[in-house]
Amino acid sequence: MIELDHVTKRYGDAAVVDDVSLTVERGTIMVIVGTSGSGKSTLLRMINRLVAPTKGRILIDGRDTAGLPEHDLRRGIGYAIQGHGLFPHRTVAENIATVPRLLKWEKDRVDERIDALLAAFALEPGLFRDKYPHQLSGGEQQRVGVARALAADPAVLLMDEPFGALDPIIRDKAQEDLLAVQRRLGTTVVLVTHDMDEAFRLGHRVAVMADGRVRQVGTPADLLTRPADAFVSRLTGTNDRALKLLSVRPVGSVVSPGPADGPPLPETASLRDALSALLWSGARALPVADASGRPLGRVTLDAVLASGRVG
Amino acid sequence: MRVATALRLALVALLAAFLAAPDWFEPVFAPLTENGAPAIYRQASLLQLTIAHLGTVAVASLAATVVAVGLGIFVSRPAGADFLPLSRAIVNVGQTFPPVAVLALAVPAVGFGTAPTLIALFLYGLLPIFENTLAGLRQVPAAVLDSARGMGLTGRQRLVEVELPLALPVILAGVRYSVVVSIGTATIGSTVAARGLGEVIIAGLTSGNTAFVLQGGLVVGVTAVLIHDGLLAAERRAMAARASKA
Ligand SMILES: Nc1ncnc2c1ncn2[C@@H]1O[C@H](COP(=O)(O)OP(=O)(O)OP(=O)(O)O)[C@@H](O)[C@H]1O
Ligand SMILES: [Mg+2]
Repeated sequence: MIELDHVTKRYGDAAVVDDVSLTVERGTIMVIVGTSGSGKSTLLRMINRLVAPTKGRILIDGRDTAGLPEHDLRRGIGYAIQGHGLFPHRTVAENIATVPRLLKWEKDRVDERIDALLAAFALEPGLFRDKYPHQLSGGEQQRVGVARALAADPAVLLMDEPFGALDPIIRDKAQEDLLAVQRRLGTTVVLVTHDMDEAFRLGHRVAVMADGRVRQVGTPADLLTRPADAFVSRLTGTNDRALKLLSVRPVGSVVSPGPADGPPLPETASLRDALSALLWSGARALPVADASGRPLGRVTLDAVLASGRVG
Repeated sequence: MRVATALRLALVALLAAFLAAPDWFEPVFAPLTENGAPAIYRQASLLQLTIAHLGTVAVASLAATVVAVGLGIFVSRPAGADFLPLSRAIVNVGQTFPPVAVLALAVPAVGFGTAPTLIALFLYGLLPIFENTLAGLRQVPAAVLDSARGMGLTGRQRLVEVELPLALPVILAGVRYSVVVSIGTATIGSTVAARGLGEVIIAGLTSGNTAFVLQGGLVVGVTAVLIHDGLLAAERRAMAARASKA
């Protein structure tokens, strides 16, 4: 769990982060969104003390981060940034081994970890271990950057626009991999992004920042259905709000008993995907199945449409 | 590539032959002499002069490298940043102050011989190494440094494991340049009785013997070219070894 307690950062007279209090529950993903210059990166970098807070306290699992030597604190916190920051003179394996090596892990343990992480991010270990960063595509570099940040099993992972530079298809894949790894390891993640779709897809909760302050914190559905102010509703999108809302709700939430024809939708698919499938097939309803393919019932067009309405 | 290698090997063989048995080359230099003056310098062994010459350059360059790289690292740390303008000024003076004048000033202090030459070469050699060290450290990508800090590398670990390896090619280029310039400049040491190839050239100048001037100059020039190429090859080999060690 990460607790920010009335945290302020001033550069000269300007409060870049202004009296922010925020709690990130253990094992959840908190996404920070906001306009450029609103203080997102500064807020994130105060958690691992790359930036020293002017005022306030930051606690990780109840311990004040100011009480630890900086480098010890950071070795326990994963950190992945846009542009990945991989060491160009080190191989993929050596890059991933950075923090485990600093923590003096045994070689066998480090090697095992490297292979497991590469596999988790869909990078064939035999093929990628010994490559240098410049021999990888942008998407591969970014995934190695995230793998490196996770190498020493940190309880907390900080990510600053980690997928910002990727094309939509690769970004989609990288987000999926991150979600799977995060679920498996139970990592607490704080992720900064400009991209609202990314925020809604990844965030259990989303914090909206403007001018150094947090305007609203809530689940994606909260932000869409009950925006705190005009700024939040503008940021979350006025035109396609209904579609965004559908995209943050799973098919499983509106399954009803009854028959339907056609290929089954997985219960974890979003209602937006369901709507798309319904429109495409022209059907009034489609069957729904769980992960093992067992039929659960059906999803009707009416139920989907009802979910896109506020209240 | 192949032609270049062959050419270099030929040059090495020619230089070795000339230094080992200069008399064989008498017919080449004889046309440049007048009134039966000797065509080959015999007051001292050319081989020994070359070794002494390169020894002086090596000592001066090593000292300049240690000091300039150390200074470059220091002023690129937050604690040393205030000293950057001062260091730059000192190093610049070292380069612009003529080595001959350094010799003239150093002799009263340290006497004749190799010592004043070492001082002059040392001062003259600092600038390219210092500036390249700074440039090399500055070109390390900000994202790389930020993630190194974020992963918990200490300042020293960042320097040794990230900054210096990434700056190394640029630093080595500065050292190479400095060494080559030093090989030429070291000839002036002979004016204050340092042993070196300058002796041959000065003997030629004072006695009006073009053959001496030419053979001294050629040995200096060819040595400089070969050492430049040797250092470059060593650098490339080191980088290649690093890039393929996995
Ligand atoms: N070291 C610094 N010194 C002075 N001002 C700074 C410093 N770092 C950041 N700022 C200022 O603080 C403000 C917030 O910066 P920050 O990087 O946190 O924004 P951000 O929300 O991450 O923006 P972006 O989305 O563009 O990355 C900006 O106005 C920036 O100019
Ligand atoms: Mg930012």
